[in-house]
Amino acid sequence: MKNRGNSAEMARPKRWQDVPMGGIAFGASAEAVETGQWRSMRPVWNGEKCISCLLCWNQCPDRSVLTDGNGKVTGIDTFYCKGCGICAHLCPKQAIEMRPESEFTGSGTGERGK
Amino acid sequence: MSRREITSGNWAFAEAMRQINPDVVAAYPITPSTDIPMKFAEFAANGRVDTNFVTVESEHSAITACVTAAAAGARVMTASSANGVALMHEIFPIAGCFRTPIVFGLVNRSIGAPINIHCDHSDSMAERDAGWIHLYCEDAQEAYDTAILAVRLAEHKDVLTPVFVCQDGFITSHGFEPVNLLDDETVKAFVGERDADFPLLDVDRPVTYGSFVMSEYYFEIKRQQVEAMKNVLRVYDGIAKEYEAVSGRFYPKLDRYRTEDADIVVVIMSSASGVVKDVVDELRDQGIKAGCLRVRMFRPFPAEEAASALGNAKAVAVLDRALSIGGTAPLAAEIKSALYDAGKTIPVQSCVYGLGGRDFFPQYARELFTDLAAGKISREERYLGLLE
Repeated sequence: MKNRGNSAEMARPKRWQDVPMGGIAFGASAEAVETGQWRSMRPVWNGEKCISCLLCWNQCPDRSVLTDGNGKVTGIDTFYCKGCGICAHLCPKQAIEMRPESEFTGSGTGERGK
Repeated sequence: MSRREITSGNWAFAEAMRQINPDVVAAYPITPSTDIPMKFAEFAANGRVDTNFVTVESEHSAITACVTAAAAGARVMTASSANGVALMHEIFPIAGCFRTPIVFGLVNRSIGAPINIHCDHSDSMAERDAGWIHLYCEDAQEAYDTAILAVRLAEHKDVLTPVFVCQDGFITSHGFEPVNLLDDETVKAFVGERDADFPLLDVDRPVTYGSFVMSEYYFEIKRQQVEAMKNVLRVYDGIAKEYEAVSGRFYPKLDRYRTEDADIVVVIMSSASGVVKDVVDELRDQGIKAGCLRVRMFRPFPAEEAASALGNAKAVAVLDRALSIGGTAPLAAEIKSALYDAGKTIPVQSCVYGLGGRDFFPQYARELFTDLAAGKISREERYLGLLE
């Protein structure tokens, strides 16, 4: 989670001999891939309704439900969230609402904990 | 101490696997290679190997498990035949590109239809451009020795390319013959431990295998595979000589049988070459300068050596146990190409034999040599043993 910008630092090989063997990417990680850019619907979390049952945290395919480390949900990581809506579907308290991304124009997709 | 046992090609290959003691074997049974994973499963069940033996639901899964295990840094072996090989097709180029040094016991069998379980080379020839090394064995002894040698070849740092160790289905795989087996310690010392450069499981130096690569670098990565194959031609003899030092047996890329001064030469692969060699001896006794060039290494194809081995022959016949329907049969195409590049205009008769396990009799070789000597050579492909 610390280094999201390493792709810009990767060398650009000029000859076939210098390309990493087999297309292997060294030190690379999906951590830098902002899958939140793919989202068309954004989950909006309501902290007053949320009972921190963690159903959403458990089922989120992108590990985008944030907690305080003590079992309390604190929000959604929109850097990774692709907007699949599983969290909203599972929530027994309707604490997560899926809203069109167009409503958030200008607010950025890569911000955490919004 | 080495020992001599009456065993089959499949069992000899499985015995080599036991002695190599790979980290992972993932396999799915199919005739005629079934004996290999079956025998190996017995070794695994009886605690005679430390291998993680993975039983899967298809050949596609078997080879996928092999590729991922090898990318993780494991030494990996498996086996298959015919339609099982075909089902793996999608994954073979991935194994080649990821540079996963898998050693694969490929027991040659026809790919139908019509459905048939017997030998021809249509299964492995369909994988000739997959980016794997192809070695074709004449008998069970060679299948055993090649399994061991192939581990070192595949894992050589300048190669890192998977290997098909091919043997003829039923003829070699199920035929029992005396085989000299090395002792376990000799094999263990010869193969050593795999030293993977970029293992997927090294969490301190994380790597990603299988990243999406667009037009910017795809071409360069394929070019690297071409270089690895060229390196095989350079390093192979050294490994084969090291193997000779521990076994007393040397396996060249091309097995030149009385070809030095031969006027007429038959080029062939795998088990049927024994028949041709017998006929060569007969003809030599009659003063006819016949020879047999057995191609053991098909990928990479040692083109310069092949052209040089055919030397000053006046006529050559190339015998393929596979068709390239509508084109030139695979081995004939290689030989013709090699001769052209060497500036040799030797007449070449392309022949196809043995499809679907059709027997190959000495009489076919005798007739062929007679026709070569008489200059009866056609641009038309000839079919040996066909009902016509």
